[in-house]
Amino acid sequence: MQRIKKVLVASSLSVIIGTGAMLTSNVMADASKESSDIEAMIAEGKKIAFNRKKGNCLACHEIKGGVLPGNIGPILISIKARFPDKSKLREQIWDASIAKPDTIMVPFGRHKVLTEDEIDKVVEFIYSL
Amino acid sequence: MKYCLILLMLLVSSIVQATTPEEDLKNFRDYYLNLFAEKGVKLNDFKDGVYSIDKVSRESWEAVEEFPPYEIAIDEGKTLFQTPFTNGKTYASCFKNEGKGIRQDYPYFDAKTNQVKTLEMEINECREANGEKPLKWKKGDIAKISAYMAFTSRGNKMNVIIPQDNPEAIKWYERGRKHFYAKRGQLNLSCANCHKDAAGKKIRADVLSPALGHVTHFPVYRSKWGNLGTLHRRYGGCNKQVRALPFPAQSEEYRALEYFHSYMSNGIEVNGPGARK
Repeated sequence: MQRIKKVLVASSLSVIIGTGAMLTSNVMADASKESSDIEAMIAEGKKIAFNRKKGNCLACHEIKGGVLPGNIGPILISIKARFPDKSKLREQIWDASIAKPDTIMVPFGRHKVLTEDEIDKVVEFIYSL
Repeated sequence: MKYCLILLMLLVSSIVQATTPEEDLKNFRDYYLNLFAEKGVKLNDFKDGVYSIDKVSRESWEAVEEFPPYEIAIDEGKTLFQTPFTNGKTYASCFKNEGKGIRQDYPYFDAKTNQVKTLEMEINECREANGEKPLKWKKGDIAKISAYMAFTSRGNKMNVIIPQDNPEAIKWYERGRKHFYAKRGQLNLSCANCHKDAAGKKIRADVLSPALGHVTHFPVYRSKWGNLGTLHRRYGGCNKQVRALPFPAQSEEYRALEYFHSYMSNGIEVNGPGARK
């Protein structure tokens, strides 16, 4: 009886551990998929941001990786510290006049200079700086 | 209490009352003189536009000015100006002082027609009055004639007059002022955003020129154009750059803008035609 109990415990334990291991590997796979998705968004966002006909962010902002930047707006650095809330950064790009009515910044979302999807990608890129 | 009320009323009326062109002019000048005070830029220096505030681009501009790309256009403009129309008259017959040294007085408000008249407009009116077809507005012969007329006015100080007692003239001025400060186009930028608020700053690798002194060097030969163009040609380009629909050259809108824009440069020497990137 004792033996049976031991076997049962051992086997159930192995099932639990096995399931756990499977779960963990699933989570890890999800996480790595997610991070590669974000990497792809950042890369696309960078292209949109640097494109003169799209974001053209370098017209006004110095950004790592960009040449001949303008200096009308602030240098885009330490963004996570300046925008702990990513949605505030998105709002800033969508329509900067919400936070600062007399801003010069182009309202990329409000004036449909970029699509919502393009703005999402640019936000990921800027957030990575 | 009574005094408090009077004071309050005075305060309110001073807020409600729009500033006069004279006050605008003083504020406009002071803004730029203050902005570039550290560089020691004086009022008349602004005639050189962006080269008055940016040493680096000034050097290459000075090199260009040694063999000015607009020189031939001045000669051609002079020839056009002196060549009689089919009726035997010349442009000189249409202008005061035979058209020499008068650039600084344009544009002006004409009380008879309630219009703001630009130099280019009067060049074409002169042609039509003498039985000739009008010229196209933005480049070519009209720019050359305007360039020659500016050249004969070099050194004269801009002297645009806004008759303060004429409400129609004030309307034109206010329309131009509004155009200058109003945001426009998909990029939502006003003239003032770039050429006042951000004057002297870099947009990509280019330094933004101050609006003070802009008009003194027109028409300009732009390397980008490869020829001479009028102020209204440039206005159209600016509007397109902010992704706005440009107004036609010599439209009321651009004449109003030129009226305000030129008045703001009063007291600065005419040095047109100029050379630009």
